[in-house]
This record gives sequence, structure tokens and C-alpha cells, in this order.
Amino acid sequence: MDLVVKNGRVVDPARKVDTVTDVVIRDGIIRAIGKGNVADVPVFDATGLIVAPGFFDIHVHLREPGTEEAETIATGGAAAVAGGFTAVAAMPNTKPPNDNPSITHYIVAEARRSSPARVFPIGAITKEQKGETLAEIGEMLEAGIAGISDDGKPVMNSQLFRRALEYAQMFDLPVIQHCEDLDLSKGGVMHEGMYSTRLGLKGIPSAAEEIMVSRDLILAQMTRGKYHVAHLSTRRAVELVREAKAAGWKVSAEATPHHFTLTDAAVADYDTNAKMNPPLRSADDVAAIVEGLKDGTIDAVASDHAPHHINLKMLEFDRAPFGITGLETAVGLATTRLELPLVRLIELFSINPQRIMKVKPWGLFEGSSADLTILDLNRSWTFDVNRSRSRSRNTPFHGWHLKGKAVATIVGGKVVYEDRA
Amino acid sequence: MLKRKDLLGIEDLSRDEILEILDTAESFQEVSTRPIKKVPTLRGKTIINLFFEASTRTRTSFEIAGKRLSADVVNISSSTSSVSKGETLIDTARTLDAMAADCVVIRHSAAGAPHTLARLTKASIVNGGDGAHEHPTQALLDACTIRQRKGRLNDLKVAIIGDVAHSRVARSNTHLLTKFGSHVWLCGAPTLMPIGIEKIVCENGEFLHLTNSMDEAVQDADVVMMLRVQFERMSESFFPSVREYFRYYGLTSDRAARAKPDVIIMHPGPMNRGVEIATDVADGPYSVIFDQVSAGVAVRMAILYLLVGG
Repeated sequence: MDLVVKNGRVVDPARKVDTVTDVVIRDGIIRAIGKGNVADVPVFDATGLIVAPGFFDIHVHLREPGTEEAETIATGGAAAVAGGFTAVAAMPNTKPPNDNPSITHYIVAEARRSSPARVFPIGAITKEQKGETLAEIGEMLEAGIAGISDDGKPVMNSQLFRRALEYAQMFDLPVIQHCEDLDLSKGGVMHEGMYSTRLGLKGIPSAAEEIMVSRDLILAQMTRGKYHVAHLSTRRAVELVREAKAAGWKVSAEATPHHFTLTDAAVADYDTNAKMNPPLRSADDVAAIVEGLKDGTIDAVASDHAPHHINLKMLEFDRAPFGITGLETAVGLATTRLELPLVRLIELFSINPQRIMKVKPWGLFEGSSADLTILDLNRSWTFDVNRSRSRSRNTPFHGWHLKGKAVATIVGGKVVYEDRA
Repeated sequence: MLKRKDLLGIEDLSRDEILEILDTAESFQEVSTRPIKKVPTLRGKTIINLFFEASTRTRTSFEIAGKRLSADVVNISSSTSSVSKGETLIDTARTLDAMAADCVVIRHSAAGAPHTLARLTKASIVNGGDGAHEHPTQALLDACTIRQRKGRLNDLKVAIIGDVAHSRVARSNTHLLTKFGSHVWLCGAPTLMPIGIEKIVCENGEFLHLTNSMDEAVQDADVVMMLRVQFERMSESFFPSVREYFRYYGLTSDRAARAKPDVIIMHPGPMNRGVEIATDVADGPYSVIFDQVSAGVAVRMAILYLLVGG
């Protein structure tokens, strides 16, 4: 695809680029960054807008194969580009799980066929995500995975997790952990605290996350493995990662928009759209997540987009599944709530996610694939779940007024999403 | 009449609403002493008892309350309900609504289930106990009993002892009694005292006290309320054995002697004799356990009347 993105503020912190100029794209590749006359090429006018390296959500659930009534690779990909993401990393807890190369192949092929966003599958750490024996990590890498995780389920066995951290090093794959001590969290449906006690709901203590983060960091130091903590949610967990980074250990971390936006008070009316895992925590934890995002402790914002069919979310709070959709609200919540410098925003949404996962980097340089996120930081808008591209509707953010939006998404030189005011 | 569709918990009831319920309950108590125990107040109204959890006394109490008011009462228990056929709670509720029920009394093991129903039904919803959240009619019948015995609901020392963590009775009573300015002492083993319990009362928090010592809780108490022990808690290591539980949190006559001479002993039932309460105390002169049961019928008549009568 050929395109000229004209007159935007082109920003790429990884290449020290920040200038108002044009981006010339031929055959889906960036051929030039700079002013000049280009004939017979379609023009995308980016005057007044920011042109950033394509945003990458490294934690999404696309539900295909197996739970297509909640989401498909096509609908999840459509939601991704509507939220400004040119790429997503898909967690392996599909049915069957992505624990072998045939499933990886399927996801890659289906994404090429139907998804407007690039999809990087994440392979399971263990066979069937059972936490018993390693999955065929090398074979899955050959098929296209960009990391490994048993997301949704932590690897409780310390010896096995050690092996995963060691083994994945020969492929330079990140090992992504959903940190939850299952004995401490057993039966829990929300953060353990005053609200869980008042509401009579079983709590998930902060310690469930912090103990596993702590164990994992020690194993990561011992093995020198590439360790990534998914969806940090507690103050102490943020502090543990901060200390590990200060000590020079090879660790990274992400946080979700809901964990920097909402507290456990949102559960008060037994709203199942406030049920997620890790759960919404206290106001102090939210403050710690925001601090971590600002000071560099937390490397990436990832949505943990977790679509569920209404039939499941309408159940009693105890029985409803964990998770909310997040692809279309992540950027808007970040620009509205975090007050970050633009460079930091782009690091959190694009530069760092590319460094965490095993992917070929893209950005605003000649030869990069032309994957761009076009931002309007002044755009005020209201999120309407009824217009969501996702197949599911489980979000607590319906009707929220946000400031800042990805107004266009370009993948391989093609404008796959556009929402001009 | 109550200016609300549903009765979901004590937490959001005002003192005036609680007093209206208690006053109405007292006026209904007389009905149960008549040779013909029936008034026509709710004739033509349909009340459905929807019980997803085993219950004998609460369900029977609601059934008798409805029938003494001449309502048509239908009981649905989990073994006969379509929940076992996979129907959702919401469909069950809408079905009952479509049959024009005026009031649905629901008991459910999931906290918040009545709130989910209340949002979707035209019928009034009465919470008959939801998980470890609230059991408002129990707290109201306890208040009715306390007020009749003590003449007031303020300035009392009320000890609530046992499995506070899993008890909806403890939560509802704590909300109610602190609203009226009585001192509530929650007492149990540290494993059974949940995080944040000291903050569950939004206002009047200064009336809530916590202790692990039963002697401290019972000392000079006006009311001692024992909570039922659930034996499955042992397998989850909340306490090691029934023997040891009774040693520290069982109500014996020696312990009861620490309370005020005119103490009343309460229990929401069903009792585990010899586990949380000794038989001589349960059957002793201070026990008002069966007064509570009588008050239960009157309080539930009052609630049904105030929600769907008129």
C-alpha cells in the first residue's frame, strides 16, 4: 500500500524523532520521513495530529479458537484498530489452548485472513496450561509466537517455573506470569478489604499477587531469564519490581487501564463488569500503579481485553467470569487519567511493548513496516459500548467522557481505522 | 408504608424505616395469639419464597407470615427449581414476574443475588439471606426481641460471637444496632474476623468494637448473640476442632455469668448444642431464642405488609 501521511507531528522516542513532517509509505514500508513532492500517492492529512509508532497491546484475549461467541480474531482485531492498536499479543487460554504449533499456525493464518491488526500469539508455558510439563516452546516459536505465558493460571510449581525461565532463554522469549498464589486466592472474587467484608464476597488478598511476584523475581535473578509481570495491581508488587530493576535484574511489567482507573469501590452494586483478576484494588494501590507508570517501574500499558458473552456476565457475581473488554478504551483512559508526557505515553504503548515481546521492531524510520497510530490528544469523546467493534459488551466504561483518542490506525500502509471529528 | 420497592439490607435502611417495621410488627404480634390467626390484609397478593439454600425456619416463617396476612404463598426450593436445569437466576426471576408475583423472598448463597433480581423485576424483592452479606429480616426480628426485652435499642452492649467472617447475621445486626447507638462487640478467633470488618459501618463507627476474647465481649453485656458454627470451616483450618472451638468461643453458664444479671442470650438458629452454646444456657432463663422465632413471624408480616400492602 502507498500513502503519504502529511504534516503530522512525527514522534518516535526510540529514534529521537519529534518533528512536523511527512511520512512516505510504499508497499506497506516507510520509504522516507521528510517533506518532498510525491506524485500519484493517496494523502492522509495529519495536520494537528500526532503520528506515532503503531501501538501494541501485549495482553489480549481473542477467544478464538473455542469461544467465538465472545470474540473472534476478526472482531478482536477490529476492536484493536478502533482503539489505536496496530498489533496485539494474544494470550494462549483459548479452547484448546495455544500450547502447540498447530494452534499457533491457525491463529497466525486466521489473523492474516481476517484481522486488520497484526496478531502475535503467545504460547502456553505448560501443556494444556496445567502447570505440569513444558509445552513445545521452540516449535511454537517457529510457528510465530512472541512470548510464553499460562495467563489466567499462574505456574505454581517453582521448579517448573525456573525451568521455563531457563529454557525460554535459548529463544530470547519473555516468560509472562499472571501472579496469583492460588492457595491464598482460592474462592476469591474481589479484592480482600473493607468492601469485600461489607459486601460479603470472598476476597483475594494483595499478598496472593505479591508473594508470587516476589518468588518469580528471585527465580528471574537466579536464572537470568527474561521475566515479565502481567497486570500489576498492588503497591507492594510495584515496589518489588522497582527494587528488582534498581538491582539490575532483567524484568519488565505492565499495568491495565482499569487498575490505574478504578478501585474496589466499583464492586459496590455487585456489578459483574467490576469483576476481574487481578481484582480492582484500593485507592492506594491505584496511586502506586500511576506512580509506577510515571517513573518507569511499569514498562507498558496492556488492556487485558477479556471479552465474555452477556450470558455469563449476567450471572450472580460469584459465578460470573473474571474480565472486561479494554482495547477501545485503553488509550483514552491513559490520556485522560495519567497526565503523561507524550514521549512516555508512546513508550508505554509502543516502544516498550515491542522490547518486551519477541517481535521485529517497527517505528518511524526508513524500512520499518508502516504501522502507525495517529493521535488527537485534544479530542473529547464518549465511549459508547453499543458501537464497540468487540463481539462482547462487558465494560465498566460505557458512557465515560474521555479526552484524547487514536483517530486513525494505519497497518502496513493501509488506513484500517479512521474517526475524524 | 415503606417508600421503597425492595428490602435488600439493613445498611441502606434509615432508623425511621426500621422503627416503622418494628412498630408494625408489634401490632401484628397480636394476630398470632388469636384463635383464628388470619387477617385479610394481603388477600389477592402473591408471595413467592425462592430459596436456593437450605432453610427450614426462615422459609417457614415467611410462609406463615404471608398466610396469616391471607396472601397466596408459593414455595420454590432449589431442589425443585429450574436452576438445576441450568436456567439463570435472571430468567427465573423474569418468569416469576411474568406470573405477576407481588413479592419474591429470595435466599441465595451468592452475595448480591437479591440486588441482581431487584434491578430486573417489578415484584418487590426481600432478601432472605444472601451469602455472607446480609440477612435483614433476622436483624429486624432480633431488634424486635431486644426492644421488647430491654425497652430500647440504644445504649446497650451487644456481644456477637463466633464466625463473624461468614455471617450475614453478624453484618446485618451490626448495621442495625450501631445505627441506634448501641455498642456492638464482634468477637471471634482471628481467622474468623475478616479484614476491614472495623470499617463496615459507614456512620457511627465508634459504636463498633472488636475482640478475640470472649470474656471481654461478654463482660457486662446486655445482649449476647451467638453465631452458628459451620463445620466445614474446620477443613479450611479456620479452627482446629469443635472441642477447641467450644473451649474459647462456646457460651457456658460460667461465661454467661460475666454479663449483666438481666442479660438476654440470642441465637439465630439452628443451634449446635455443645459447639457454640451449652444446652443449659440455650434452655436457661436468659435465653430468648424462641422469642426470636415468634418475633420472626410478626416482623416478616410487617415487611410484607409495608412493601406490598395497600
